Amino acid sequence: MSKLYVARSPRVAARSLGGEMMIMSGRDSTLFTLNETASILWQAADGTTPLEEIVEQKICSEFEVEPSEALQDAETVARELAGHHILQISEQPMPQPSPASGASR
Amino acid sequence: MSNLLDEVTERALKLNVPLSVQLDLTYRCNERCVHCYLDHHDYGEMTTAEIKHLLEEMAEAGVFILTLSGGEIMLRKDFFEILEYARRQLTFCVKLKTNAILIREQEAARIRDLGVESIQISVYSHRPEIHDAITLVPGSLKRSLDAARFLKSQGLRVIFANPVMAQTFQDYPGVRALAAEMGLESTIDPTITPMMDGDRSVLDLNIDRASLHQLFRDESLVVDAEESCVVDAADQDKLQHLPCSAGHTTCYVSPYGDVFPCVQFPLPTGNVRKQRFVDIWRHSERMNEVRSIRLKDLSTCTSCTHMSSCSRCPGLAYMEGNMRGPSSADCEKSFAKTGIPSANMLAKKRAAANLVQIRSIPAPGPMAGASASA
Repeated sequence: MSKLYVARSPRVAARSLGGEMMIMSGRDSTLFTLNETASILWQAADGTTPLEEIVEQKICSEFEVEPSEALQDAETVARELAGHHILQISEQPMPQPSPASGASR
Repeated sequence: MSNLLDEVTERALKLNVPLSVQLDLTYRCNERCVHCYLDHHDYGEMTTAEIKHLLEEMAEAGVFILTLSGGEIMLRKDFFEILEYARRQLTFCVKLKTNAILIREQEAARIRDLGVESIQISVYSHRPEIHDAITLVPGSLKRSLDAARFLKSQGLRVIFANPVMAQTFQDYPGVRALAAEMGLESTIDPTITPMMDGDRSVLDLNIDRASLHQLFRDESLVVDAEESCVVDAADQDKLQHLPCSAGHTTCYVSPYGDVFPCVQFPLPTGNVRKQRFVDIWRHSERMNEVRSIRLKDLSTCTSCTHMSSCSRCPGLAYMEGNMRGPSSADCEKSFAKTGIPSANMLAKKRAAANLVQIRSIPAPGPMAGASASA
């Protein structure tokens, strides 16, 4: 099975509020909020770390969850966010300039 | 979206996070609008480095919505450098307020590339002779409208802000129609605010009561004019409510780094050149005083018929001399909606009556001026 890479869309506005991300779509100003696990996924979506690795290192280490189950859930969330154009998905790495630390607090 | 935004705002309130900040980049302007509350001289604006540092502190504090305003923002030579930093590095949701007369195709494309959420352009009339007489810049309406078209053609969200005043009152339907024709949004605001130095002479430009009454009954502006103009039943629960978001989830920063609860609330609470933004937000005594006020704490207003539905602005009340007092401009609005005078209006009437005391004076007798015992 090929690896999946995820990257934050550069056109969105984003800020963490009490550990949960607020994301505003650059396409139509729709506001989204992500729960704690989806926020972890979003913050780790640097375009170069495979989703599988993000799940292992950031999610399975924090929550008591089977890695295969967590990966399946993460893929579902990633595809949903990509459908809203606030996350990019690719089977190839997508290197991109990372925002300053304040952006993801 | 509005429900989710309400939820997010409620969460920010609980966490004491300044969700939304207006930052004026400059007070300099290339228009000279007759109603403007600003002093356009530059007394030492923040440098590019200072603004970038402030933006980092704001992002750290949790600010999500950043409104860049002025003065005219495009007069800053570093405007795009600041905008790019705010968007690409710090991922703010950026809104712009501008007269747009310096925005051409190239600038519109850059604004699109940087993912700005919306651009609000001041438009006073759809007629050049009226708009330009407000801005005192010949040709300014044409240039603002050209810019609006450039921005719209880039797929950006453009909003006409139409401050309604005595000279422009009859033109607000024309501005709204023009916005609709161009596929843009529009807002109107019938409140002219005092100058920041306290000069209230510009208030003479406000529309009169009859015009305000007409405005609140214009069914193109309000869904149900009759319903929106009835007096709400007194609601004791509302006494615990916050007067507005100023100092609670929003604040304002001037080009000199002064932090205020709101652009219309000139109570200085600190300066980001001397203190960290988050420390001013969390620990300023004045900011916390503003934050402590509930509707039940307001003098005069708690006994007012309109208390439940009033749009009272605490900043305008502050400029009248008491941040816990009434805001006369909002009393006028409540009166225009319902025909019922506010508690403040009645109190002023009583005070005026006490100032003029007329007593009958006995007619002088034939001996007037002479001693009674003479």
